[in-house]
Amino acid sequence: MSDALLKVEDLSAFYGEAQALRNVSLDVAAGEVVTLVGRNGAGKTTLLRSIMGLHKGTRGSVTLDGVSLDGKSADKRARLGLGWVPDDRGIYATLSVAENLSLPPVVDKAAAWSLDKIYEQFPVLHERRDFPGTKLSGGEQQMLAMARPLRAGSRLLLLDEPSEGLAPVIVNQIGQIIRDIKAQGVAVLLVEQNVKFASTVADRHNLLAQGEVVESLDNAEFQSRTAELLEHLGM
Amino acid sequence: MTEFLQYTLQGLAAGGFYALAALGLAVIFGVLGVVNFSHGACYMLGAMVAALLLQHFDLGFWPALVIVPVIMFFFGVLVERLLVQWLLRLDPLYNFLLTFGLTLLTVDVMKRQFGVSSLKYQVPAGLEGRFTIGSVDLSVYQLFAAAFAVVICLAVWMILTKTRVGMIVRAATEDAERSRALGINVARWVTPVFGFGIALAGLAGVLAAPYRAINADMGSNFIIILFAIVVIGGLGSILGAVVAGFLVGLVEAYGQGYYGQLSQVLIFVLMAAVVLIRPAGLFGREEVA
Repeated sequence: MSDALLKVEDLSAFYGEAQALRNVSLDVAAGEVVTLVGRNGAGKTTLLRSIMGLHKGTRGSVTLDGVSLDGKSADKRARLGLGWVPDDRGIYATLSVAENLSLPPVVDKAAAWSLDKIYEQFPVLHERRDFPGTKLSGGEQQMLAMARPLRAGSRLLLLDEPSEGLAPVIVNQIGQIIRDIKAQGVAVLLVEQNVKFASTVADRHNLLAQGEVVESLDNAEFQSRTAELLEHLGM
Repeated sequence: MTEFLQYTLQGLAAGGFYALAALGLAVIFGVLGVVNFSHGACYMLGAMVAALLLQHFDLGFWPALVIVPVIMFFFGVLVERLLVQWLLRLDPLYNFLLTFGLTLLTVDVMKRQFGVSSLKYQVPAGLEGRFTIGSVDLSVYQLFAAAFAVVICLAVWMILTKTRVGMIVRAATEDAERSRALGINVARWVTPVFGFGIALAGLAGVLAAPYRAINADMGSNFIIILFAIVVIGGLGSILGAVVAGFLVGLVEAYGQGYYGQLSQVLIFVLMAAVVLIRPAGLFGREEVA
């Protein structure tokens, strides 16, 4: 556990009086893909937002590569290596595809993918580089959203439901991209409701229910107990 | 036909001021999330300062065109640092009220100092004449002001679309929180953008000085029209503010030309129509749930 890249300890989050997360602890090692699985309202997105520093009412601690993120602004956290890939993809309509890619400041020169490398990995983004970002299809927008932090050199992607609303063939592509990212040593904290998809890309899983991690297990165990676990989560 | 052409040119001239000022309002709203009620007062200050520079320092229109925006930029920086920044974390309504209060204060201070009668301002040398082709008759100054406003709008557009700073402003205007999550230090741009927006309002004031009545109240009608423009263009859309600025200038001129007293009404009829058909404004994006 000491080699964890991202370490979340006893994280609680509140919306006014209501508690959305209860003492969540988890970690992600470099080059590891870890999921948060749970039904709507379980607190998955709140957890990602809290890690990113976008949620105001939180308690607990988050560290990235031994550096405490507590009290740091979202932009500071991004510059320390967190890559934000929100569930709405967060593509700018008023920026071209190329501008969307070059907007985030490079945080790690050595790790940052060059534009050439991005375009080689995602040829469609090269073809459409002068298009407004939101003129892309859903799958292309998802690729752009994932490519953006890679170009900045983020060390860990906070990836919120990348498979949502995409055709199966595109979902397979996204899965391959996640495996490629992992092979390059970039870690991913993945929020997913598509359990089948999650089991094709992840090393470990955290099941989230009512703001608590109710179970943590590796992918083999997850696959063998999928049906039982889903029933348990009410999914 | 010639009437139409005449009104069109007059409309573009008036639209130039609107576009300049609305552009300032739009970038401030975009990056800070603040609806700056004091924008009309800043327009008034721009014209007032130009008149005072002439009166006390014998500095005419051309130097004022440069000096006033610079003064207004620092005035904006001061307002942001001293007042606006403390309320940014709260509901945007607080800054709206703050800038509303600031407007009342500014207007009354100016009234106290300079009275309610209008200050005089000459049309700059070389631009005094009339411009006549057939029966189209315009003041040369109006044409100049329209062209100048277009040039400034284009220059600002170039900055916004061709530079990294511009890209950051556009991104923050579209979604400030997301921009922070992508590593952009939005806070660093807040003060200069506020100052810049105020400078544009001041510049519109200087341009208006030679042919509008310069007094403490000149901004109060202006801000209402600016709000209509921003609603028509789409709150938070930079392009929308510019296009709607010119559009409203044209509607106002046609109204004045063809329907007399109706000109102001027409602007708000246009606004109501736009809001009914496209609630987010001409260039605004519908909120997606």
